Amino acid sequence: MESFLQTLIAGVLLGGLYALIGIGMTLIMGVMKIINLAHGELMMVGMYIAFWMFTLFGIDPYLSVFIASPILFFLGILIQRFLINPVLKVDSILPENQVILTVGIGMVLANLATIFFKSDYRATPVSYGTSAWYLSDYWESAPFDLSLSVPWTVSFVIAVAITIALWFFLSKTDSGKSIRATAQDLDAALLMGVNVKLMRVVTFGLGSALVGAAGCLFIPIYYLFPSMGGQFTLIAFVITILGGLGSTNGAIFGGLILGIFESMTATYVGMGWAPVGRFLIFVAALIFLPGGMASLLKKKRIGK
Amino acid sequence: MKKYLPLIVLACLAVLPLVGLSSYMLHMIVLVVMWSAVGMAWNLLAGYCGQVSFGHAAYFGVGAYTSGILYYKLNISPWWGIPISIVVVTVFSFLLGLVVLRLRGPFFALATLAMGEMMRVSAENLNWLTGGNIGILIQERTWIDKTYYYYIVLAIATATFLVVKYLMQSKIGYYFVAIREDQDAAESLGIDTTWYKTIALCISGALTGIAGAFYTNYMGYIDPHIVFALHDVSIVTIMIVMVGGVATLFGPFVGAIIMVFLAELVRSIPGLGVAHQTFFGILLILIIIFLPNGIVGDFQKIKRLFKFGGACK
Repeated sequence: MESFLQTLIAGVLLGGLYALIGIGMTLIMGVMKIINLAHGELMMVGMYIAFWMFTLFGIDPYLSVFIASPILFFLGILIQRFLINPVLKVDSILPENQVILTVGIGMVLANLATIFFKSDYRATPVSYGTSAWYLSDYWESAPFDLSLSVPWTVSFVIAVAITIALWFFLSKTDSGKSIRATAQDLDAALLMGVNVKLMRVVTFGLGSALVGAAGCLFIPIYYLFPSMGGQFTLIAFVITILGGLGSTNGAIFGGLILGIFESMTATYVGMGWAPVGRFLIFVAALIFLPGGMASLLKKKRIGK
Repeated sequence: MKKYLPLIVLACLAVLPLVGLSSYMLHMIVLVVMWSAVGMAWNLLAGYCGQVSFGHAAYFGVGAYTSGILYYKLNISPWWGIPISIVVVTVFSFLLGLVVLRLRGPFFALATLAMGEMMRVSAENLNWLTGGNIGILIQERTWIDKTYYYYIVLAIATATFLVVKYLMQSKIGYYFVAIREDQDAAESLGIDTTWYKTIALCISGALTGIAGAFYTNYMGYIDPHIVFALHDVSIVTIMIVMVGGVATLFGPFVGAIIMVFLAELVRSIPGLGVAHQTFFGILLILIIIFLPNGIVGDFQKIKRLFKFGGACK
C-alpha cells in the first residue's frame, strides 16, 4: 500500500512536468499540423541555459525559467521563420518532409551541444536537491510513511502555474483566441482577419518557450547530457497522441496518465521496462483511442 | 545507354576489389553497398508506397539478431541467418503491419519510430535471449579477407535492386504509387490498400532484415545500441534516400556513397569527430529545402543550375 501510494505520488509529480512538455508539442501540432521532432532537443537547450546560469552566475534553476523561456521563444521563431516556413512551400514527393526536417534540426542542436559542452553528464547541485517532506513529520500516527521530494514538488507546482497561465492566455486574450482559431480552421481564421502567418510563428515560439521552461524545471531533478533530447521528444509525442492532437486539455491528462503509468511500470515490472510501457500505451492509444483523451473529454462535455 | 546503366554500375562494382584497394577502403565500400541495399528497401516502402517509416532499425535489428541468436543460442553458423531472417522478418513485419498500417502519414511515421525504440529496449532487457547490453560476439570469423564479404553483400544489394525494379514494373508497383499519391482514390478504384501496404512493408522489412543478418556476419559483433539505433540506423536510412533521391532506383546508392564517406571524413577531423551528425543534420536541412527530391530526383534542377552558372534557380 505504502509503495503503491508513493509510486502514485511520484507518477503525478512526473506527469505534471510531462504535461508541460506535451502542451508545447500539441500547440505546434494543432496550429502548424506538423510534428516537431526537435522538441526534446529544444528542451535540452533550455536545460543547458539553466545549467550555465547556475554554474556561472549561481542563478537558481527555477529563476532561469524567466531567462530560458524568452531565449527559446526567439529560437523557435527563428527556426519556424527560416527553416520550416520555406519547406512548407516546397513541392516534393513525400509530404513528410517537414517531419524529417525537424529531425535534422534536432540532430544539429544535439550535436552542437556535444561539440560545445562535451558529452559529459551534468547536474545542478542545488542545496535543496535531496531534501524532502515526510508525512510522519506532520502526522505522528500515520499508518504509513510517505515522502515528498522538495525539488519535485516545487517543479510540479511551477508547471501547474505555467499551465494555468497558458490556459488564461489561450482562452481569455485576443492572441490566444487567434491561435486557437488558427488551429481549428485555418481558412476560416484567415477570413475572420486573423494574421495566420504571424500566429504560426508565435505558436512555434510559444511551444519552444514552454518546453524550455520545462527544461528549467527538470534540471534540479534530472541530469543533463547532449543526446537526452530524443527521449523527451518521444515522451512529448506519446503525450500528444494520448491527449488527442492539438488539444491542450488532453495533453494535461495525457501527461498525467503517462507519468503514473511509467512510475508504476518502473516499480512493479522493472526500471528498464519503463520505456516499453510508454510505447505500449502509445500504440494502444493509437489503435483504441485514435482521438486521444480529447475525444473522451468531448463526449463527457468537460472539455471545450 | 540508360538501359544498360545498372549493368555497367554492377560490372564496375564487381571488378572493384581487383584494383587492389586497401582493406580499409574495401570496408568502406562494403558499408556503402550494404547501406544502399537498406536504402533501396526503405525506398520501396516510403518512396514508392508513401509510407514513411522512422523505424527501419527494427527490421535491421531483427535480421541481425536472428543471425546472432542462431549462433549464440543454437550454435548454428550465423550465415544461416541470412535465409532464416527472410522468414523471421517477414512474419515480424506482417505482425507489426497489423498495428502500424492502420495509421497514416505522420502517425505511421511516429508509430514505426516507437516500434523501433520498443525493439531496442526489449533487446536490452531480454538478457536470456539476446545477451542484453553485452551483445553477441561471433567468435570465429569465416574469412579474414574482406573480398568475400564484399561479393556477398554485392549479391544481396543486386538482388534487392532487382526485386525493387521488377516489383515497380509490375502491377503491384503501380498500386504502390497509386497508394502514395492518394490513398482514398486508390481505395475507391478497388485497390485493397491495407493488403498492398502490408506487402510493401513485408518485402521492405525482409530486404532490410537480410542486410541486418549480413551485418552480424560481417562485423562479428552486435548489441542493441548498434543495430536498433534510432539515429545511426533508422535516420541514416532515411537520410541516404533523401540525399540520393526518393522514389528513384539509383538514389539510395548515390546517397549511401555520400553518407558513408561523409561520415568517415567528418569522423577523422579531430575535435569534431564526435559530432559527425551535425553535418548530417545540416546536409539534411539543405537537401530538404533546396533539393526535396534528392540528388537523383532533382538531377535536372542541378544540371540547370550549373548551366546558368548558379545565377538562378
